[in-house]
Amino acid sequence: MTDAEKEPSGPIRLLLVDDEEGYVDVLAKRMSKRNIAVTSANSGTQAIQTLRGASFDAAVLDLKMEDMDGIEVLKIFKIMDPGMPVIMLTGHGSETAAREGLEYGAVDYLTKPCSLTELVEKIKRVRRKERPAAR
Amino acid sequence: MENIRYYQSLTRKMVIVMILVSFTPLILIAGIIGYSFETSYRDKVMAHLKELVHKHQQNVDGFLHEKLCNIGLIANAYDFGALSNEVFLQKTLSNLQMMYGDVFVDLGVINPKGVQAAYAGPYKLTDVDYSATDWFPQAAKSNYFISDVFLGMRHQPHFIVAVKREDNGVEWLLRATIDFEAFNNLVENIHIGETGSAFILNRKGEFQTNPRIKPLPDRDFFIRAFKLKEPRSMPITVGQDYTSTDNIAPAPKEPPEQETVFTEEAEYAGKDVIFVMSPLKGGEWMLVYQQEASDAFSDLWRTRKLALIIFFIGGVAIVIKAFLLSKRMVQRIEQADREKEMMNEQVIETGKLASVGELAAGIAHEINNPVAIMVEEAGWMEDLLEEEDLKESENIEEFRRALQQINTQGARCKEITHKLLSFARKTDPKEREIHINELVEDIVSISEQKARYGNVKINMHLGVELPIIYASPSEMQQVFLNLINNAIDAIGTQGGVIDITTRKEGDFVIVDIADNGQGIPKSILPRIFDPFFTTKPVGKGTGLGLSICYGIIKKAGGEITLNSAVGLGTTFHVHLPAPEARVKDDAEAREQ
Repeated sequence: MTDAEKEPSGPIRLLLVDDEEGYVDVLAKRMSKRNIAVTSANSGTQAIQTLRGASFDAAVLDLKMEDMDGIEVLKIFKIMDPGMPVIMLTGHGSETAAREGLEYGAVDYLTKPCSLTELVEKIKRVRRKERPAAR
Repeated sequence: MENIRYYQSLTRKMVIVMILVSFTPLILIAGIIGYSFETSYRDKVMAHLKELVHKHQQNVDGFLHEKLCNIGLIANAYDFGALSNEVFLQKTLSNLQMMYGDVFVDLGVINPKGVQAAYAGPYKLTDVDYSATDWFPQAAKSNYFISDVFLGMRHQPHFIVAVKREDNGVEWLLRATIDFEAFNNLVENIHIGETGSAFILNRKGEFQTNPRIKPLPDRDFFIRAFKLKEPRSMPITVGQDYTSTDNIAPAPKEPPEQETVFTEEAEYAGKDVIFVMSPLKGGEWMLVYQQEASDAFSDLWRTRKLALIIFFIGGVAIVIKAFLLSKRMVQRIEQADREKEMMNEQVIETGKLASVGELAAGIAHEINNPVAIMVEEAGWMEDLLEEEDLKESENIEEFRRALQQINTQGARCKEITHKLLSFARKTDPKEREIHINELVEDIVSISEQKARYGNVKINMHLGVELPIIYASPSEMQQVFLNLINNAIDAIGTQGGVIDITTRKEGDFVIVDIADNGQGIPKSILPRIFDPFFTTKPVGKGTGLGLSICYGIIKKAGGEITLNSAVGLGTTFHVHLPAPEARVKDDAEAREQ
């Protein structure tokens, strides 16, 4: 347990969920250079499985995936780890859907394509300050 | 062409139906009432004429009966010897004339041989032999006798009444001449209207009076009428047996009481003529009243003429009205059909737009992902360029420029797709908070392309610290897009300026959209918000834009007004409610 006021040491553990593999890959590479350790998942199912085995400081979740709706995944995330901040990411022009995410417990949203700087800033702002006990 | 024929046949059918529906009851009512009225009026007139003739028949019969009685009284009172004395006879005549006026012209006593034994009167007829005349044998046969009118020896129309008596087995006659004028007056005074006149005929069809108007039919008509109508009354001069009583002849039979009047109608010289007839003098004479039907029924004729004129004018009015009304109604139907067709086109167009919009949204969405990857990959390359070993490369600046360009173009793609997506978004009537300035900026950016094309400059004067309004963003977008598009259209191609101002006034946020275009003529201002009202050429405008705007703004609790001057331009003012309470709520919410 570290002090909540202090910046936690080590890279931010981020769960990045998007079915666009190319996007996930390049984001992971770029983020690793910005002190963010990205664990990627290419589908809703995979993301849930990943979360079952690990704990993350934050998650970035695409709204539209082939197997599951991002909102559904968000609901499950909130049951599995209610303390994990989730940022919604959407390629959809409508912000309505992203805002809907806010209603289900997401902390923020961004529309694709977004600037990496903006995303990283948001992640750093919302990241979990205190680490839960490891599972 | 097909349509024109359809509307023509529709007009025809409507005209026929209207005329039938209007005329059928009119004709029926006019026919029924007209028939009843005519029948009862005719009956009334006929009854009146019959009554008149009956009265006169009684008058004439009464007159004749009275004269017979006068003579009979004298014959009964004095014997042949007394009356043969001409002095006495003259005195008797004077008495008669004194009592009954100049009806009695003369008196004569005739012996069985037919010779006038004594005479009193203006002529010299003593010893005249009547045995060869027509009337003497008839007079000698019965107790009482009235002759037809004849000229006789005096060559003047007259008739005689005679009474037969018997003294000591010798039959003699007392005869009196009746003044023709006095008798004639009895019937002459019956005249009604222009053509009504009365006269008396005998069985041979000879006139017994002077008819005021010459009868139209010939003698045969009356002779036939005589035969058809056998006298029902007993002849006055027949059926009395004078021998059975004490030498005194019984009184002549009273004229019949029952009505014996009958009517005939016939056509002469193209005229309908009414005849009302009644037998007189026991069927030997006939009283005839003649009148032209058009005269007798003149009131009826006049009423009928008036009714026909009214009917004709009314009919013409109905026909004209039916034509005009049908034409107008069909024009309305035609217009409604045209509008419907236009609306159908509009619906189809909207449908098309919607599907195009959906397609565009789909594509935009699909493009977003690859663009995002491209931009990120470029970013990754920028990241990598930061690595030290590459910093020395001579083309490093060129790489950076290229990557920057990829970033810039990626951002441009993003802007395009976002705009497309926000425009293609389905109308969402749900109220949300709207920052009016942001909304106006969005719409202006959408309209910019069109404005540039029309050489129109859009200036925005956005007020500061405007309250948030609550409305459906997509509906508000529609309203302002419409108003700005209209403004651009109003300016036309010669170029101009649109000023958009946002401001606050009381509980309202006001957006003014002013153009310096052609302006709206005063005559069409009241209809400007009417659905389907458009001044654009057919096919260019649906006339729905402003009416939809009006509906949306009204629904949102706002107001839309305009000022316009031809040649100067038009300004639309959109008032949107922004209640302070909600503003406060919002502020509090934001603080938290």
